[in-house]
Amino acid sequence: MESGLKGWSMKNNKFQTYLLVWLGLVILTAITVSMAGMNLGPMSIGIVLAVAAIKSGLVLGYFMHLKYETGLLFKLMIPIVLAVLTVFIGLTFTDIAFR
Amino acid sequence: MESHQDDTGSKIGMWLFLLSEILLFGGLFILYSSYRYKNPADFHLAAWELNRALGTLNTLILITSSLFMALSIYFLRKGGRNLSMLFLCATIFLGLLFLGVKYVEWTAKIGHGLYPNSLRLLGRSKGEILFYGLYYSTTGLHGLHVLVGLLILSVMLVLMMKGKVNENRFIPLENTGLYWHLVDIIWIFLFPLFYLIP
Repeated sequence: MESGLKGWSMKNNKFQTYLLVWLGLVILTAITVSMAGMNLGPMSIGIVLAVAAIKSGLVLGYFMHLKYETGLLFKLMIPIVLAVLTVFIGLTFTDIAFR
Repeated sequence: MESHQDDTGSKIGMWLFLLSEILLFGGLFILYSSYRYKNPADFHLAAWELNRALGTLNTLILITSSLFMALSIYFLRKGGRNLSMLFLCATIFLGLLFLGVKYVEWTAKIGHGLYPNSLRLLGRSKGEILFYGLYYSTTGLHGLHVLVGLLILSVMLVLMMKGKVNENRFIPLENTGLYWHLVDIIWIFLFPLFYLIP
């Protein structure tokens, strides 16, 4: 009962992990910024958004503690909302592309 | 009377709110993508004018503020109340710095006559008008979220000073952190979309 109320546990939750995640975010930012100057053509949109997705994954998993949450509900809520958003984006673009 | 405390419930409530925020900004992203799809050359031209250095600086500021926020919660749970409050103050400082940089950026753009409905902007192509409309509304809405976040962070600081948020009752700070990190994630997507995509 007590552990359920407390939510994520402090076990495996280390100071160094937070610093490493921050370092990862800074490096990924440096990668996107330097890539923007390279003009990689139509591919670049995909790469830039993929890097942004990885960065938000790091924030969600470590800073927002989703990695340490135990409940199934937490693990399901975000994928469901992202799926809804993907459907919206998909439908909007099929509308624009075939209009 | 012992007050009832449901940590999981309040956290799920916070997440539901955050998910509705994702859909709110998601709508703006869809709007941006479809206008960009229709006017690729104009968007390219307008994005070129944004100050990439200031955008990068603000990204680093928000990422670091997220780290400080996470460390504030980490130290509160470890029982280091003073360290926790120190990192909370650092988070607030970086949030203010973010808004300061945004202020400098917007003032420069407005000084150049580039703001919604300005004569200079109306003389430009349709795509550029759309780009700047989206730039001001999206980064404006995001800035508003930073401002609200700063208010909540300050309230948390007061509650921690009074001892109402502590080692055993840390969920208010945890939920504040969740909100702050979401604001960071939204910027992680806004930054490349407006400043970087060529």
